[in-house]
Amino acid sequence: MIPMSWYLLFAAALFSIGLYGVMARRNTVAILMSVELLLNAVNINLVTFWRYLTPDRSVGMAWAVFVLAVAAAEAAVGLALIISVYRNRDSVVAEELDVLRN
Amino acid sequence: MSEELLTTLTWLIPVGPLLAFFVITLFTNRSRTLSWMLAWAGVFSSLILGWTVALNVFAEDVHHLEEHPTVIADSIAWLPFGSNADNWLRMGVAVDPLTAVMLIMVTFAITMIFIYSVGYHNWGQPLGKVLGVPNHMQEEPLLSRFFAFMSLFAGAMLLLVVADNLLMLFVGWEIMGFCSYSLIGFWYARDYDIGEDDIPHISPRKAGIKAFMTTRVADVIMLLGIVFFYRVFGTFNFAEALSAHSLEHAVAGVGATALGIMSLLLFTGTVGKSAQWPLHVWLPDAMEGPTPVSATIHAAAMVSAGVYMSIRIFPLLAVGAGPESGVPVGWIIAGIGAFTALMAATIAVAQNDVKGVLAYSTISQLGFMIAAIGTGAYVAAVFHLITHGFFKALLFLASGSVIHGMEHGAHHVHDHHTDPQDMRYMGGLRKKMPITFWTFLIGGMALSGLPFITAGFWSKDEIFASAWYAYNHEGNAIGLMVLVALALAAFLTAFYTMRQISMTFFGKARTPLAEHAQESSNFMTFPLIGLAFFAVIAGWAGIPEDFPILGPLLDNNYAHHIIGATVHSTLHHLSEMGLVGHSYAIAAFDFVWLPLIASLTVALGGLFFGWLMYGRKPLVQGQADPLIKALGPLHTFLNRKWYWDELYDTVLIQPTIFVSETVVYEWIDKGFIDGIIHLVARAFYGFGRYVRAFEMAVFGDGVDWVKDQFLAMAASMRQLQTGRMQEYVLVSTLIASALAFVVLAINYGWFDQIFQ
Amino acid sequence: MFEQVFFIFVAVVTLGFALIVVTNKNLFHAALALMGTFLGVAIIYVTLGAGFLAMAQLLVYIGAISILIIFAIMMTRHMMSAEEAAFNSQAGLSLFTAVAFFVLVAYVFISYWPTTPADAMLATMTPVDPAILENSVVALGQSFVSPNAYVLPFEVASVMLLAALVGSIFIAKPRLKEDEA
Repeated sequence: MIPMSWYLLFAAALFSIGLYGVMARRNTVAILMSVELLLNAVNINLVTFWRYLTPDRSVGMAWAVFVLAVAAAEAAVGLALIISVYRNRDSVVAEELDVLRN
Repeated sequence: MSEELLTTLTWLIPVGPLLAFFVITLFTNRSRTLSWMLAWAGVFSSLILGWTVALNVFAEDVHHLEEHPTVIADSIAWLPFGSNADNWLRMGVAVDPLTAVMLIMVTFAITMIFIYSVGYHNWGQPLGKVLGVPNHMQEEPLLSRFFAFMSLFAGAMLLLVVADNLLMLFVGWEIMGFCSYSLIGFWYARDYDIGEDDIPHISPRKAGIKAFMTTRVADVIMLLGIVFFYRVFGTFNFAEALSAHSLEHAVAGVGATALGIMSLLLFTGTVGKSAQWPLHVWLPDAMEGPTPVSATIHAAAMVSAGVYMSIRIFPLLAVGAGPESGVPVGWIIAGIGAFTALMAATIAVAQNDVKGVLAYSTISQLGFMIAAIGTGAYVAAVFHLITHGFFKALLFLASGSVIHGMEHGAHHVHDHHTDPQDMRYMGGLRKKMPITFWTFLIGGMALSGLPFITAGFWSKDEIFASAWYAYNHEGNAIGLMVLVALALAAFLTAFYTMRQISMTFFGKARTPLAEHAQESSNFMTFPLIGLAFFAVIAGWAGIPEDFPILGPLLDNNYAHHIIGATVHSTLHHLSEMGLVGHSYAIAAFDFVWLPLIASLTVALGGLFFGWLMYGRKPLVQGQADPLIKALGPLHTFLNRKWYWDELYDTVLIQPTIFVSETVVYEWIDKGFIDGIIHLVARAFYGFGRYVRAFEMAVFGDGVDWVKDQFLAMAASMRQLQTGRMQEYVLVSTLIASALAFVVLAINYGWFDQIFQ
Repeated sequence: MFEQVFFIFVAVVTLGFALIVVTNKNLFHAALALMGTFLGVAIIYVTLGAGFLAMAQLLVYIGAISILIIFAIMMTRHMMSAEEAAFNSQAGLSLFTAVAFFVLVAYVFISYWPTTPADAMLATMTPVDPAILENSVVALGQSFVSPNAYVLPFEVASVMLLAALVGSIFIAKPRLKEDEA
C-alpha cells in the first residue's frame, strides 16, 4: 500500500520543478512546457485525492478530465501566441517581452 | 382796451422772443436768414405788445394810478409750497407805471439792437468760414446761435420786467446771467497773444466765465435775501409784500433792522448785476462780446435789470434805510453808488478802447442811479435808467459802427494787426461816417448832460435836484455826499465823452485804417437814428413844472407823476408810520437853482475842457495822449483800472486756486482720502501676500512635497513592474510562500517561544 | 512492497525527466524529456487505478501536446541556438523559491497525511471494491451526460475547445500581404 502522502509529495515535487521552470527558463516554449508540468502535477493530486478519499464518486476524475482538456486548449493557444509573438517581435525570449514595463 | 385783453397781451409780451429762441434752436438753426427773421418777429411782437400795454397804462388817470398803481395783475397757481397744501406759489404778471416805462424802453432798444445785429454780422456778405472767431467783412456763420441767445435774452428781460413776484424776477435774472455768459463768449475760439505793454488780453471765453462767476457771487447772496423775503412776508408777490400794511406788519414782526439786512442782501444782487464796486470787474471784460451784445447787456437789459430790481423793492429799501432801522442802508447804497460813479469816471478818462470808455461810462451811470436810490430819489433813478437805456444803447451801437468802419479800412489796406477798436488809431471819421458821427454826437451829448436838448440832462438834473432836496430839506447828509460826488463824476463824464468824440471823429485820420473807413449799412444806421430820436426827446417827459421858461410850457412833470405814482401811496403811508424818511415820500418838490447851476457847470465845463485838450487841436498821428503827461503816474493807475483785477487776483483768486488745487486736491483728496484708500489697499494687499506666501508654502510646496513623495513612491514602485511575466510569477510565489509560512507558523506554533 | 519500489522508481524517473525539461539548453531534448514525463505520469495514473485517464494522458499529452510543442520549437527554431543560455537572470532566486514552496507544501501534506504506512492514514485508503473501480469509467461517462452531474461543464468544455481551436488558428495565422496593408 502506497501511502497517499507519497503521491502528494510526488505531485508537489513535480509542481515545484515546474514552478522553477516557469520562473527560470529563458525560452517561452520552455516556459510553456513547464506549465504543462504544473498542470500534470495538479492532475496527479486530483486523482490521488479521488482514489483515496472518494473513489465511489466521479467528482475527482471528472475534474481531472476537465483539467486535461483545458491544458490542451491552453497549450494550443499559448503556442499560437508564441508563434505570433515570434513573427512580430522576432524573439521568443521571455525577458525581452517587456512591453508592459512601468 | 378791455382789461382781459390787456392781461392776455401782457402775458404774451415775453412769449415772442422766448418762442423765437426755441424755434431757432430746434428748427431753423441751419438757415441764418430764417433765424434772424424769426428773431425779428419775436422782438417786434414784444415791441408792439409792450407799447400797447404801456400806452394803455399811461392813458389812465394819474390820481387813480396813485391809489391803485397796479393796473394789470394776473397770476396762475404754479407750485404747491410749504407744509400747507393750500399754499401755492403763484407765477404771474403785473403792470404798473414802472413796468410800463420799462417796457417802452426795453422793447424799443432791443428791437433796434436786433435790427442792427443783422447788419453788424454782415448778412448778405460772403459767408465766414472760421467758427468761434470774428470774421471781418464776412457773414457770421453762427448767426442762428447769436439770434437764439439774443432772443432768449430779450425774452428773459421781458419776463423780468412783467414779473409780479420776486421769484419769477429771479428766474429772468438768472436766464439773463446765462445768456450774458454765452453771448460774451460768443466768439469762443478767439484768443489773443500778449498785447502791447505785456498786459494780457482776456479771451471771450474767459470773459464770459468771469461775468457769470462775478454775478453768481452776487446772486447767491441775493438768493439768501429772497429766501429771507419769503420768510418774513410769506409771499413773493411785490404788490402784496411791499404794501404799506405788509411792511408795517413785518416791522412789527421782525423789526426794521432785519428788513434793513434783507434790503442789503437783495441789493447785493444789484451790485453784481449792475456792476457796482466791488463786483464791477466783469463789465469791462464783457466788451469781448459782439457790440450788439454789449449794447443789450450794458444798456438795455442786464444792468438795467439790476437797477430795476432795486427800484422794485424800493419800499423795502426805504424801510431799511428809515429811522427805525439800525442798519445805515441809505448810506451804504448811496455810498456804493457814488463811489462807483466817481471811480468809473476816473478810469474812463484814461481808456483807449472805444468800447472800454463806454463800459466804464456805463458803470459810472449806474452808480448815478444807485446813488439816487440811496438818497431816496425814486423817480430820478427810474428816469435816469430809462434815458440811459436809450443813449447808452445808441452809443454802443454807434461805436460798433465805428469799429465796423475801421475794420472795413483794415480790410482795404490789408492790415489786420492794428486794433480797429483803439481810439488812438482813429481820427477824421466825421467825414467818412457822417450818420454814425451825428448819432454818436447826440448820444455823447446826452451822456454828458448837454443842457435842455438831451435826455441825459433832464434825468441827471433830477438826480441832483433830489439829492439837494434831501440834504437841504431833510438834513440828510447822504444827499450832500451824493451831490458832490456825482457832480465830480458828471464833470469827468462830459470830459471823457468829449475826449472820445474828438479822438474818434475830429481831425485827420491817424492810420490808414481810418482813412479808408466807410459808413455802415442801413441795417446799422437806421437803429442809430431811431435811438437818437429817443435820446433827445425822452428827457422832455420829465421837465419839472416850475422849471424856468420850459416848465410852464408843458405844465406837467409827466414822468415824475406817472412813475412816482407807482409807490406814491405806499411811501406816503410808510412815512406817516414813521418808517421811512420824509425825503422818501415822493412829492414833487419846488424848483431850486442850485442843482441846476451845478449840473450846467459840470456838463458844460467838462465838455469845454475836453474840447480844449482834444478837440481844438485834434491829435495827429504818433502824438501821445496829452493826459499822460498831465497826470503822470496817475494816468497809468487809471489806465490799469485802479488795479482792481490784479488785487482780486492776488487776494481772492490765487488763494482760492491754492485752496482748491493744493489744499483740497493735493492734501485732502489725494493725500488724505486717497491715502486712506491706499492704506486699506496696502493692508489687504499685504495680507493677501502673506496668505499667498503661506498658501504657497503650505499648499503649494506642501502639496508639491506630497506629490513628490507619491511620485517617488510610484517611481520606486514602478520598478516592480518590469513587464516580465516570470518575475511576476516569482514574486507572487515568494509572497504566497511567505504568507503560507506565517500561517503555518501561527497554526503550528513554531514561534510561540519567541512571540509569547 | 513491490508497489512501493515500483512507485519510487517511476516517480524518480519522472522527476528526472522533469528536471531535464527545466534545465536542458537544447529545447528539442527538453521536449522529448517532456514526453517522458508525461509517460511517467500516465503510469502513476495506472497505479492509482485511473486507467481511462492514463489513456487520455497518453493520447492527449504525448500524442498531441508534445507534438504541438515540437512544432512550435521547430517554427521558432532559428532564434535558439545551442549556445543560448537556458536560464534567465533570476534563476537563483527561483530555485530558492521553488524549494521553499516545496518544503512548505510537503510539510502540510505530511502533517495531514503522514508517510508511515502503520498510521491510520493508510486505513483511510478505503477498501477498494473492484466493482467500483471497474464501474468508475462508466460512472465518469454517465456523470458527463447526466443533467444532475456535469453535463454543463462538459458542454462548456467542448465550446472552450472550439474557441481554443479557432483562436489559436487565428492567432497563429500568417498575415497575408494584402491583410497587412
